[in-house]
Amino acid sequence: MSPEYEVVIGLEVHVELLTESKIFCSCPNRFGEAPNTNVCPVCLGLPGSLPVFNESVLELAVRASLALNCTVSSYSKFDRKNYFYPDLPKAYQVSQYDFPLAKEGFLDLLKDGRSIRKVRIERLHLEEDAGKLIHDQKESISYVDYNRCGVPLVEIVTAPDLRSPGEAHLFLDWLKKILLYTGVSDCKMEEGSLRCDANISLRPSGTETLGRKVEIKNMNSFRAVQKGLEYEVIRQKQILRAGGRVAMETRRWDEEKGVTAEMRGKEEAHDYRYFPEPDLPPLMLDENFLSRMKGELPELPEKRYLRFMESYGLSPYQAEIITSSKNLADFFEDTLLHYPHSQKVSNWLTGELFGLLKTSVKEIDDIPLTPLHLGELLKILDEGTLSSTLAKEVLEESFLSGKLPREIVQEKGLLQISGEKELLLIVEDVINNYPAAVKDYSDGNKKAVGFLVGQAMKQTRGQANPQVITELFKKRLGK
Amino acid sequence: MNLYEKTAYDAAMALEKKEVTSVELVESVLGRISEVEKNVKGFIHLIERETILEEAREIDRLRAKGQRSSILAGVPMALKDNMCTMGIPTTCASRILEDYRPPYNAHVTEKLQQAGTVLIGKANMDEFAMGSSTENSAFYPTHNPWDTNRVPGGSSGGSAALVAADEVFFSLGSDTGGSVRQPASLCGVVGLKPTYGLVSRYGLIAFASSLDQIGPLTKDVRDCAMVLEIIAGNDSRDSTSVPREKESYSSYLGRDIKGFKVAMPKEYFQEGIEEAVRESVMNAVVLCIKLGVEVEEVSMPHTSYALPCYYLVGTAEASSNLARYDGVQYGFRAPDQDNLIELYLKTRSQGFGSEVKRRIMLGTYALSSGYYDAYYLNSLKARTLIRQDFENVFQNYDLIITPTSPSPAFVRGERLDDPLTMYLSDIYTTTANLAGVPAISIPCGLADGLPVGLQIIGRPFDEGRMLQFCFALEKMLGFKGLKPKISADGVLKDVS
Repeated sequence: MSPEYEVVIGLEVHVELLTESKIFCSCPNRFGEAPNTNVCPVCLGLPGSLPVFNESVLELAVRASLALNCTVSSYSKFDRKNYFYPDLPKAYQVSQYDFPLAKEGFLDLLKDGRSIRKVRIERLHLEEDAGKLIHDQKESISYVDYNRCGVPLVEIVTAPDLRSPGEAHLFLDWLKKILLYTGVSDCKMEEGSLRCDANISLRPSGTETLGRKVEIKNMNSFRAVQKGLEYEVIRQKQILRAGGRVAMETRRWDEEKGVTAEMRGKEEAHDYRYFPEPDLPPLMLDENFLSRMKGELPELPEKRYLRFMESYGLSPYQAEIITSSKNLADFFEDTLLHYPHSQKVSNWLTGELFGLLKTSVKEIDDIPLTPLHLGELLKILDEGTLSSTLAKEVLEESFLSGKLPREIVQEKGLLQISGEKELLLIVEDVINNYPAAVKDYSDGNKKAVGFLVGQAMKQTRGQANPQVITELFKKRLGK
Repeated sequence: MNLYEKTAYDAAMALEKKEVTSVELVESVLGRISEVEKNVKGFIHLIERETILEEAREIDRLRAKGQRSSILAGVPMALKDNMCTMGIPTTCASRILEDYRPPYNAHVTEKLQQAGTVLIGKANMDEFAMGSSTENSAFYPTHNPWDTNRVPGGSSGGSAALVAADEVFFSLGSDTGGSVRQPASLCGVVGLKPTYGLVSRYGLIAFASSLDQIGPLTKDVRDCAMVLEIIAGNDSRDSTSVPREKESYSSYLGRDIKGFKVAMPKEYFQEGIEEAVRESVMNAVVLCIKLGVEVEEVSMPHTSYALPCYYLVGTAEASSNLARYDGVQYGFRAPDQDNLIELYLKTRSQGFGSEVKRRIMLGTYALSSGYYDAYYLNSLKARTLIRQDFENVFQNYDLIITPTSPSPAFVRGERLDDPLTMYLSDIYTTTANLAGVPAISIPCGLADGLPVGLQIIGRPFDEGRMLQFCFALEKMLGFKGLKPKISADGVLKDVS
């Protein structure tokens, strides 16, 4: 970013909550059903139907609010946001307007082990999701799928505190981690359970007044949010440098073309005619509920990230990877209960185990391998009776079958051969089979011993203790 | 005496004593309907004769086995056409829902079904319950059985006229600003708007959610108590329904009312009230005093805000509640649209009648940015003041007595071009909706052969004592038993 303009970004994030049922009816809250099968008179907005608030929505939303350091209001209420669209069967969305569930929080943006910015959260409010339109280009017909109607959402609005597209991406990474840790949402952008709109403006560096902002929509991944904002920075800078004025408007990110394009101008902005939802009583939260919710909050990812660096001596990179999910971080700490060397556990977790997870496209919590398995394997390694090559094989076997490493080692006879008597036979065998290499060694090329050791390892399928066998070769051939 | 002339209670007693069967009651009202309905036009939809009879037969069979689900089991009734009936047209008297058949039953439909009452049909109304004369029905106006050139009131005009004309033993209406009480008054029947939250609104097609309540229209006070007992009670599907113990309203009937303190707010007897109405109500006040009731004049200073406040809150909520009729999912869709905006514009322009459109526009305006504070927010403040007026009075008085409507039934067409005069029909009734308190209209006399109603307003959830009071008063008023005489040509003159 050139020093002449400062980028100012604020985000509006919609997050679907992981409740069993929808926010105002008892239809299941599920993704991927056949169109219009997961509906009832209430979420279809049929005449005469009335909403009933699902209390479990409150728990998740309050958890999210507390995790984002917000003040949760003891009084909040629902309002109707009125607008016409075919995916909105009542032609109003039940939302919260002037008394949101929570406000005035913050998210500490951590990078490389330290806080680079405190991003203020202006508000967090509850609302219901709308349905989905499916356009058939060939027939030039649109269909409506109402399944998503009434899925509970929280909208999280940040202050204009982000200063670059990269920071916006980082914010979303942390937000997602927090919401996953707290079990509030599954945050799957591809399924629409996390959606993000961005407001961006530029201002001359060193000034305080906000510039004219543009809202960007239709960004379907964190990467797209960053790319859309990067495009917008360049576009707005060009306008400003040419002495122009940025139009206040809503723009749509076109992923394919890599550009933003005008969607609607300010003069077309909706008047949503918010007013209190008369069908629902206000939400009154008592202190007991709030303190219970506070008490139930797990350790949050920022704290854990910093603690892992501090207590376990992990690098920022390792700490970030290991705390990227709660289950992974739990796995790490549980493994330490069986095998207390954090660096080694970290290496095996982020190295071998990650590789296996990646190839099998699995998550840490849906494999039969447990912290006990990993701890035991590392212990066996320390005993010096298993080569690291074989240890990797054992890990894979454990990963697939859930068998304990000791069991596998015994069953397959994988224990290292360290006995000199046994190894001497192999040494003799190799010397007989590779006279050229022996001659080489005798002629002074001491590196030839490596070749011989390699052959011995091959013959024993890696079970020979490499240190012992090297010594035996040297002794036999004379130093 | 014809069977259809009986009150619901008498019909129920006759069933209980096995003097009649439900089938006979049904035959009787169906006969009556075939005779007079062409002049009353109280129904929008009549259920098929065979379906009704089958239901009646089943109830008779059960009764013969000693099983009856409630005292009113087997008694024929009607529902206003804004209450959802599964598979049976529910139109709100609007073109936009002309072919709409709900896939579920309203709470009250369920309750009445469980009680074994027999649904005869759906009653006519002002479109979406907006109006005071039932002339805003998209299909046809209902006639007042006392004078078929006159309106039955509204919006529950069909429900009131059907009871007055003995086409059903009782009916349900909905009351947003007087829509049960005013037609009850104009048709000479009893109409109750319960406390907000006493009767579930689940399945009542909303007009103004914070004001709507369902209430019975009946031939007398006892019937009112019996029907209320069936429909009242907590329902988890309506978040504004209030959890309370079930009450036996009929148990209040017959108790002494001596010592009741009744307030007479002077603001309800000022300009605009017709002299004959005032006389009728004052006559009832004198009877109250004779019964040992203390009546005192009081002031409820914010009463004049009620009508404007009602027309802002009511229309604002309606503009949002009626936005869903957009031609997308169900109901009427205008043909020939090229795009989405046209679909909306044409569907709503053609599907709604002019009064509905007027109120949607008023409400949209009141909620618009820049006007919200001046209109909607101020009306909420006025609403609080009106509620306080009631709280103040109820600190010292048990009940409030007022006229129900400033005039008896007016001639059809008379006020159609003058919405403001039409809106004045609700001047005494909107306050109870704004305050959420219960209010009942009972007939208190005749003015030039047309019924006049008086209104009793009570404390929240004090329906029992209101009914106790009205029951005692009804006996003294001598209106009970008066019936409109509907002649074959629909012109009615005398009172029998």
